[in-house]
Amino acid sequence: MRRLPVQMTLGAALSAVFVLAALVSFVWTPYGVEGLAIARRMAPPSLAHPLGTDHFGRDILSMLMVGARTSIAVAIVAVGIGMGLGVPLGLLAAANRGGLIDEIVMRGNDLIFAFPSLVIAILITAIAGPSAFNAILAIGIFNTPVFARVARGGALSLWTLDYILAARVAGKGRLRISLEHILPNILNLLIVQGTIQFSLGILAEAGLSYVGLGAQPPTPSWGRMLAESQTMVSLSPHIAIFPGLAIVLMVLGLNLLGDGLRDWTDPRLRRAR
Amino acid sequence: MLSIRDLSLEIAGTPILHGVSLDVAPGKVFGLVGESGSGKSMTALSVMRLLPQGARLRGRVSLGGTELTALDERQMCAVRGARVAMIFQEPMTALNPLRTIGEQVAETLVVHGAAPRGEAMRIAREKLDRVGLAADRFDLGRYPFELSGGQRQRVCIAMAIALRPAILIADEPTTALDVTTQAQILALLESLVREEGMGLMLITHDLAVVAGMADEVAVMREGRIVERGPTETLFRTRRHPYTRALLAASSHVPKRAALRSAGAPPVLEVEGAVRDYPLGRGAVFGARGHFRAVDGVSLAVGRGESVGLVGESGCGKSTLARAILGLEPLQVGAIRLEGAPVDAARGVPGALRAKMQVVFQDPFGSFNPRHRVARLVAEPFHLVGRPPDWRDRVAEALQAVGLKPADMEKFPHEFSGGQRQRIAIARAIVIRPRLVILDEAVSALDVSIRAQILELLADLQGRFGLSYLFISHDLAVVRAITDRVLVMRAGRIVEEGPTEAVFAAPRHGYTRQLLAATPRIPEDWLAEETRHGA
Amino acid sequence: MARYLASRLVSLLVSLAVASLVIFAVIEVIPGDTAAFMLGLNAQPDTVAALRAELGLDLPRSLRYLAWIGGMLTGDFGVSYTYRVPVAELISARLQVSLPLTLYALALSTAIAIPVGLIAAARRGRPADYAIMGVTQLGIAVPNFWFAMLLVALFAVTLRWFSAGGFPGWEAGLWAGLKALTLPAVALALPQASILARVMRSALIETLGQDYIRTARAKGLTEAQAIRAHAFRNALIPVMTILGLQFSFLLAGAIIIENVFFLPGLGRLIFQAITQRDLIVVESTVMLLVFAVILVTFLVDLAYAAIDPRLRR
Repeated sequence: MRRLPVQMTLGAALSAVFVLAALVSFVWTPYGVEGLAIARRMAPPSLAHPLGTDHFGRDILSMLMVGARTSIAVAIVAVGIGMGLGVPLGLLAAANRGGLIDEIVMRGNDLIFAFPSLVIAILITAIAGPSAFNAILAIGIFNTPVFARVARGGALSLWTLDYILAARVAGKGRLRISLEHILPNILNLLIVQGTIQFSLGILAEAGLSYVGLGAQPPTPSWGRMLAESQTMVSLSPHIAIFPGLAIVLMVLGLNLLGDGLRDWTDPRLRRAR
Repeated sequence: MLSIRDLSLEIAGTPILHGVSLDVAPGKVFGLVGESGSGKSMTALSVMRLLPQGARLRGRVSLGGTELTALDERQMCAVRGARVAMIFQEPMTALNPLRTIGEQVAETLVVHGAAPRGEAMRIAREKLDRVGLAADRFDLGRYPFELSGGQRQRVCIAMAIALRPAILIADEPTTALDVTTQAQILALLESLVREEGMGLMLITHDLAVVAGMADEVAVMREGRIVERGPTETLFRTRRHPYTRALLAASSHVPKRAALRSAGAPPVLEVEGAVRDYPLGRGAVFGARGHFRAVDGVSLAVGRGESVGLVGESGCGKSTLARAILGLEPLQVGAIRLEGAPVDAARGVPGALRAKMQVVFQDPFGSFNPRHRVARLVAEPFHLVGRPPDWRDRVAEALQAVGLKPADMEKFPHEFSGGQRQRIAIARAIVIRPRLVILDEAVSALDVSIRAQILELLADLQGRFGLSYLFISHDLAVVRAITDRVLVMRAGRIVEEGPTEAVFAAPRHGYTRQLLAATPRIPEDWLAEETRHGA
Repeated sequence: MARYLASRLVSLLVSLAVASLVIFAVIEVIPGDTAAFMLGLNAQPDTVAALRAELGLDLPRSLRYLAWIGGMLTGDFGVSYTYRVPVAELISARLQVSLPLTLYALALSTAIAIPVGLIAAARRGRPADYAIMGVTQLGIAVPNFWFAMLLVALFAVTLRWFSAGGFPGWEAGLWAGLKALTLPAVALALPQASILARVMRSALIETLGQDYIRTARAKGLTEAQAIRAHAFRNALIPVMTILGLQFSFLLAGAIIIENVFFLPGLGRLIFQAITQRDLIVVESTVMLLVFAVILVTFLVDLAYAAIDPRLRR
C-alpha cells in the first residue's frame, strides 16, 4: 500500500468538516436561523458570534451550517442524476461502438453540452419558477453528458483489451461484460469525476442561488447569503467574506480530494503499490 | 571510436548497469543482445545521456577523444545528433505527427547550425533519397501519418545520419516491423555502415539479426556483459553458460508425440471464408466502400494436429481467428467445428463454443486485473455451467500448466509475463476444448520463456489430444511446433503444405521471399553442441 | 479537408436544428396564455383573442415554429411583449456589452494561462511548479461572482481606480468602455485561467513523455527547443478543447457577473424577461446563447484541422 498523498488527506479532511457541519445542523446550530434580531444586526465576529451576524441579526456560522446542507444536497443529487443517467448511457454507447446507439448518445451529449447549466436553469425557471429543485435538475442534466463521456471513454479503451475478447470467447454477452469487466475497472475514473462534478455542483448552485434561480427564502444558501450581502461589502465585510470562504474551502477540499484520488488510482503509478 | 569503460548506472537507488565496457569501431557493426530488462537500452541511453530523472552514472564514455561524461547538458546537446545519433524501436510514434518529414529531417541540421533552413531542406532531400524514399513518392511536405512503419523508420534514419555522425545507435530498430521490411531496414543500415564508415551499435533481442549483421557481439544479462567477442567465434564457442542457454532456447524444438488419427473427420473446417469491413464514408452521404480482410480462405485442422498460419501484419490472420471463434460474422463461406456450423450472425450455442478456446499475445491485457486467478481461469465454465467441483478443475488446470493450486488466490499482477501466459493457457484448457487457437501466443515473450511455453504446449497437446491453430508472424516458432503450415497474404492463403516441406522447398514466391527475409543463425555455427558442454 | 469541413458543417446545422426544437418545445409547454397574461386579469375575451391573432398565437405549432426560425434567419426575432420593441433591437443593444465582456475575459484567460502552464510544465516538480499548482488550485475554487464582489470592494470602493458598476456605453469611447469591463473580465477570467493553465501544464507534460520528444532530444534539441518546436503544438489540441468549453462557461458566467456590476447585458435582459414572462425574449436570447456555443464548437473543430494534418487530408 502506498502512502496516502498529503493533498488527498487535506482534501478529505476539508470536505469532511463541511459534511459534518451540515449533518450537525439538523440537530443543533449555535443560534436559530429563522428569527430576526435587529438589535444585534451586522455585528462583527465576537466570542458570542464567531463569524458575526448578518443584516437581520442572524448568526452567520449557523446560517453557513444550514446553507452547507443545501449546497451539499443539491450537488450530491445532481451528481447522482448525472451518474445514474450518464454511466449506463456511456457503457451502452461503448458496447455498441460505432453503432446507432453510440451515435445517438454522442450526438445527444453534444447537444446538452450546447446548453450551459445556467441556460438550462433559465429555461426550467421560465416554466416552473425558481426553486432549489430547479438547480438540482439543471446541474444534474448538465452532469449527464460529462459522466456519459467519461464512462464511454474509459470503457472503449477496455473493450480493446484481450480479456474482453476472452470473456466473449467464454460466451458472455455485451451487457454482462459491461457489468462484470468494464464497470468495476472504470469505477475509479467515475469516482474521481464524481468528486470534480460535486465541487462544480457546489459552485453552480452558489451561482444560481446568487442570481435567484436556486434555493428560495427562507432556505439558507451560500449563494443567496452572498447576494444579500452585496450592498454591504464595504460596511461589514465579514457578511460577504465568510460565505465566500465557505464555498472556496469546500470546493478546494473536494478538488484536492479528486486530484489525490486520481493520482492514487492512476494505472501508470499502480505498479508501485 | 566509441569506447565505454566500467559504466555503472543507478536509477533512484536501484542499480541498473554494472561495469559495462565495450568499443564500437568505425565502419563496423557492434551487436548488443539480451532479453528484456538486461540493460541494453539503458546502456544506449547512458551514452546519449537521455536518462530518466534520478539517474546516477559512473564510468567513462569517450567518443573520438572527447570524454562525454565530463560534458554538461549544453555541450551534450551539441554532441547528440551531430557526433552520435540514435534511432528507436517504435517508428509509428517516433515522429511528430504535426510536422512534415522534410522539416523533421532538416531540423537536425538547423538545430546544430550546420545549414540555414533552405539549404537544410535541400540536404534533407538528399538524405531521404539516400534512405530509399525517392522524391517522386516522398515529397518533403508529406506527414508521418501518410507513411508506413518501415517508411517512417527510414525517415528516422535519415534524421539520424543527416550530419554524418561517427556513431549510430539503433535500439531494436526492426522489432516493430514485418520480416520483409526488417530485412530492408537492416540492409540499409548495413550499407550506411560500410559506405559511410559509420560505427553502428545495434541493440536487439534477436540473436539471428545479430548473427547476420554484427562484426562483434556482446551478450548482456542483468546489467552486465557476460560475454563479448567476434560474432562467429562467440556463436561457435559460446563460452558463457548464459550464451549457451540463450542459443539453445532460440532454436528449441519441443518433442511432440505423433497423435494424428488418420482418416478421422477434421475438428475445424473453414470453407471459402470472406470477411469485409466497411470503410469510412467517401462523402457525408456517400456510399461506403469495403475492405476485404479475409478473401476466400479454406482450411482444415485435424484431430491432434498443429496447423500454423503465418503472415505479416494486416494479412487478415487475426480477423480469421476472430471469425473462427464466432466473434465476427462472415459475409460468405462457412465454418464448421466438429461438423456443427459456427455462425456469429445467428449466435453460437455455448456447448459448441466450449469446444474451442484461445490464447492471446499480450500477457498483460489478457486478464481482468480485479479478479483472482481462480475466477479468471474458471471463466469459460460460463459456457457449460459451472460444475460443483470447479475449484478442483481449476487447480488441475493450473497444475497442468506448471503452476501451483495455491496460485488460485493470487491476482494476475503478482505473476511474471511467462507465468501469465501459463494462466492464459490454463484458462483455455480448463473446459477441455478440442481446438485451441494460439494468436501470437508466444510473440511477446523472451526466447528462454518462449522455449518453455512451447514445450508446455507440446506436452498439453499430447496429454489432452488438443488441436492447435497456431497464428504467428514468426516463422521459426511455427516451424518448431506445427505439422502443417498455411501462408497468408492480403486475405488469401497463398501456400499450404506439411511444415518441413514448405520450409525446405517453398513453392510460392511470397513464401520464398518471407523465408529469405527471415534472419537465421548459420547452421554450422550451432553445430557441435557438445564442444564446450562436455 | 473538404470532407472534414462538410461533416462538421452538417453536425453544426443538425445541432442548431435540434437545439431550436428543444427550446421551442420547452417554451411551448409553459402553462398560461401569453396574451391573457399581457393584458392583465380584467381583459375582455375578444381583446385577448385579437392579441392572440396579432401575435400569431392562434396558428398551429408547426407553423409557429417555422415562423420563429424563419424570422430568426432573416433577423426578425419578433416583438417583445413587455418592451413593445423588436427583440432583435433589444438583444443587439445588450450584446454590445455581453459579447465584448466574454471575449475580453477569454483573451485574458488565455493570455495568462498559456505562459503560466508552460512555465509550470518546464519546471515540473520544482518550487515554481508547486507554487503555480497551489495558486491555480485555489483559483478554481473561487466563485467568480464572489471574487467580483471582492474586486469591487478593493479597487472601486477603497482604491477608487475603477467605478463600482454600470456601463457608459461605447459612445463614451473605447477606453471608457474597456475600463468599465475590466473588473468584470478579470473576475470572469481568473478562475477559468486557473483551469486552463492546469490543462496546459498536464497536456505539455503528457506530450513531453511521447516518443517523438525523445527523438527530438536525440537529434540534439535542448528541452526548451523540444518544447517550442514539438511539444507546444501537440499540447494545444487538448487545450483548445477546453478553451471551446470555457467559452460557454464564460458566456454563462458573464450573465451572472453582469449582476454584480449592474451591466446592461444579456443577463439582465434575460432575468427581467423571466420575471415579466416575456417569453419571446427568453426564447430568442436562449437560442442566441446556444447558437454561440455551437458556433464556437464548430470553430474549435476548424482549429483542430488547422493544427492537425491528419484531419486535413
